[in-house]
Amino acid sequence: MNARDAILSALRRAAPPRVPLVDAAAGIVYPDPERQFAEVLASVGGKFVRVPDLAALNFELGKIEAYAQAKQVASLVPGAGIATVDLSAVKDPHELGALDFSIIPGEFGVAENGAIWIPGSTLGPHRAVFVVCQHLAIVVPAGQIVSNMQEAYARLVIERPGYGLFISGPSKTADIEQALVIGAHGARSCTVFVVG
Amino acid sequence: MDHAKSAARFAADEARTHWHDQALYSLRGKRDRAAATIPEWEQLRETAARVKEHTLSRLAEFLEEFERNARRNGIQVHWARDGEEHNAIVHGILARHGATRLVKSKSMLTEECHLNPYLEARGIEVVDTDLGERIVQLAHEPPSHIVVPAIHRKREEIGDLFHRTIGTEAGLSDPKVLTEAARQHLRQKFMAAQVGLSGVNFAIAETGGFVVVTNEGNADMGTSLPPVHIASMGVEKVIPRLKDLGVFLRLLARSATGQPVSSYTTHFHGPMRGGELHVVIVDNGRSQSLASEVFRRSLACIRCGACLNTCPVYRRSGGYSYSYLIPGPIGSVLGPQRDPAAHASLPFASSLCGSCSDVCPVKIDLHHELYAFRQVLVQKGLVPLRKRLAMAILGSVLSRPWAYRLAGRLLRWIVPRLPRWLAYGPWNAWGKQRELPPMPKESFRDLVRKEPP
Repeated sequence: MNARDAILSALRRAAPPRVPLVDAAAGIVYPDPERQFAEVLASVGGKFVRVPDLAALNFELGKIEAYAQAKQVASLVPGAGIATVDLSAVKDPHELGALDFSIIPGEFGVAENGAIWIPGSTLGPHRAVFVVCQHLAIVVPAGQIVSNMQEAYARLVIERPGYGLFISGPSKTADIEQALVIGAHGARSCTVFVVG
Repeated sequence: MDHAKSAARFAADEARTHWHDQALYSLRGKRDRAAATIPEWEQLRETAARVKEHTLSRLAEFLEEFERNARRNGIQVHWARDGEEHNAIVHGILARHGATRLVKSKSMLTEECHLNPYLEARGIEVVDTDLGERIVQLAHEPPSHIVVPAIHRKREEIGDLFHRTIGTEAGLSDPKVLTEAARQHLRQKFMAAQVGLSGVNFAIAETGGFVVVTNEGNADMGTSLPPVHIASMGVEKVIPRLKDLGVFLRLLARSATGQPVSSYTTHFHGPMRGGELHVVIVDNGRSQSLASEVFRRSLACIRCGACLNTCPVYRRSGGYSYSYLIPGPIGSVLGPQRDPAAHASLPFASSLCGSCSDVCPVKIDLHHELYAFRQVLVQKGLVPLRKRLAMAILGSVLSRPWAYRLAGRLLRWIVPRLPRWLAYGPWNAWGKQRELPPMPKESFRDLVRKEPP
C-alpha cells in the first residue's frame, strides 16, 4: 500500500464517532470600526493616516521621511506616490533587493486587529513586493473596515489558484528577551492610508 | 533523562530561574489582556474545540478533500508515513532542482522529523530564518519553546553567539542592534536560497490552500523570492472551511503572545508564477494518537504555546528539562504517545493545577490527559521502582482502616523523635525543599471522639 492509502486507511480505522460541525456566533461589532482599526493599528506598530483624496495622500506621503529619502519606490496604486521602479520590467524578484518603499492597495481592513486583506492579484508580477521592501504603505478605500475576522472571511474571495494575505503592522520580533523590535525581515514601517 | 533531575539542574541557578519564570509569565499576562478585549472569547474557544472535534472525526475525508482541491490549484501533494519518508520527499524535491540552499520558517514538524541533519548530511545548507530559531540553530541547540525558541537565552549570550558565528562586533547586547544584524545576515540567505520551506498553521479542505502566520515576515521572504516552496504539515492541520479560519485566527495570536493577530497571515492557494508549490502531509504516529479515546484530543493543538507560558513547572524548569522536543504540558502529552518509555517522566512534570487547560484556545483537557497518562505508565510498568513501592504501600494502608489508624499513631510518635538526617533522607522526596508539618498529638478521629455529642 502506498503512503497515501496507508495513512488514510489508518485515519479511517482510528476515527472517533462523528460529531456535528458548528458555526461560530457573530463576533464583536464596533460602533466605529475605523476608529477601532486606527487604535489597534497603532498598538501593533503601524501608522494610520486618513486622507480625503489622492492629492492629500501624496502630500502626507511626502512627509514620511523614509519615502522622501527612498531611491527605489514601487507603487501598485495608480496616482499614489511616484514610482521609480517599473515592476513589470523586473524579471526576477531577487532584483527587488534594494527596494526602499512599496505602495500597495488593500481591499479592506479589520477593526479588531488592524489587519488589511491584500488579494495576491493586486500585488503585481512579484508578490515579494510587500515584504522585501524596507518600508510599506497600504492604501485602503474609506468605508471598507469590517469589525472582526469572522466578518472578514465572510467577505473575502480566495483566488484559486492564487495568493492573498492579511498584513497587520510592520514586521516585528520579540525573540530576544521578549523585547519588541520593529523590522525583523519585512517592512520596517507600515503606513495605512484610508482614502475617501 | 528524568524531568525532575534536569529541572533540578535548571533550578539550581535561582536568579535565572526567576528571570525565566517572569519572562514566560509576562506572555501569560499579555494573553489574558488580549482575551479580555473579546467579549465572546469563551464562545470562540468552545467553537474552536468543536470544529476540531468534528474535523478529527472525519480527518481522512477532509484530507482527501484538501488534496483534491489543492491539486486543482496546482499544488503538488505528497504523503509521508513517518519522518524518514518526509525527509526523503523534501530531499527529492531539492535534488530535482539541483538545490543546495534552503531557507526555512518555523516548523515544529520538521524538528520532529529531524529534517535539518538529514539534509545537511546530504550537502544542503539549511538556514532557519525565524530569529529565535536562527539563534538556537547557530548555538546548535533545539528550540526551548515552540513560539519563542530562544527564550532561555539572555541578550548578552546572543551577542556573544552572533560575534562568534556571524561576525558581529564583540559585546553587543541591544536587542535592536542584534535583530538588525540578524536581518542583514539572513537577507543574504534569503537572496541566495533556491527553495523555501515553511510549516502550515491551517490547511483548508474547502479551498485546497493553507495559511502560514509569522510576525517577522520570514515565511513570506522565504516563499516569495525562491520559485519553489515546500510546506510540511501534520495530518491534524486540516480544517473544514475557510470561515473556520475566522475562529482560529482570532484565538491563535492572542493566546500565543497577546497580539490581536500576527503581522503576516498568508494564504497559499497555488504556486508562484513560474514556480512550484509542494505540500507534504505527514502522519508520523498521529493516526495512532487518533485511535486513543483519551489522547486524541491532543491532536487539536494549534501550537500557540499558551500552556507552556502558564505552566508553573515549565516556567521554572525550562524547555530543555523536557525529554520531548515540544516541552510543557502539551509536549508532556504528545511525547509519551510517541515513546512512552523515553518520556515516562513527563506526565509527572505537572502539579495538575489545570492552568494549561484553562488557557488552551481549543480546550484540550491537558491536565486530565497528564493524569490519565500517569495511569497508563503505571500499567506499563514504566514508573520508577521507588514510586511504585511507595504507591503500593500507600494503597494498602489507605484501603485498610485499621492499618491507616496504626500508621497514623506510629508516625505521630516516631517522626518528632527522628534525627533530621533520617527524616529528610534521600527517600523523602517531598521534604527536599519543604519542611514536614508538625505532627499533631492526636488524630482527627481522637478529636471527634472527645467532642461532646
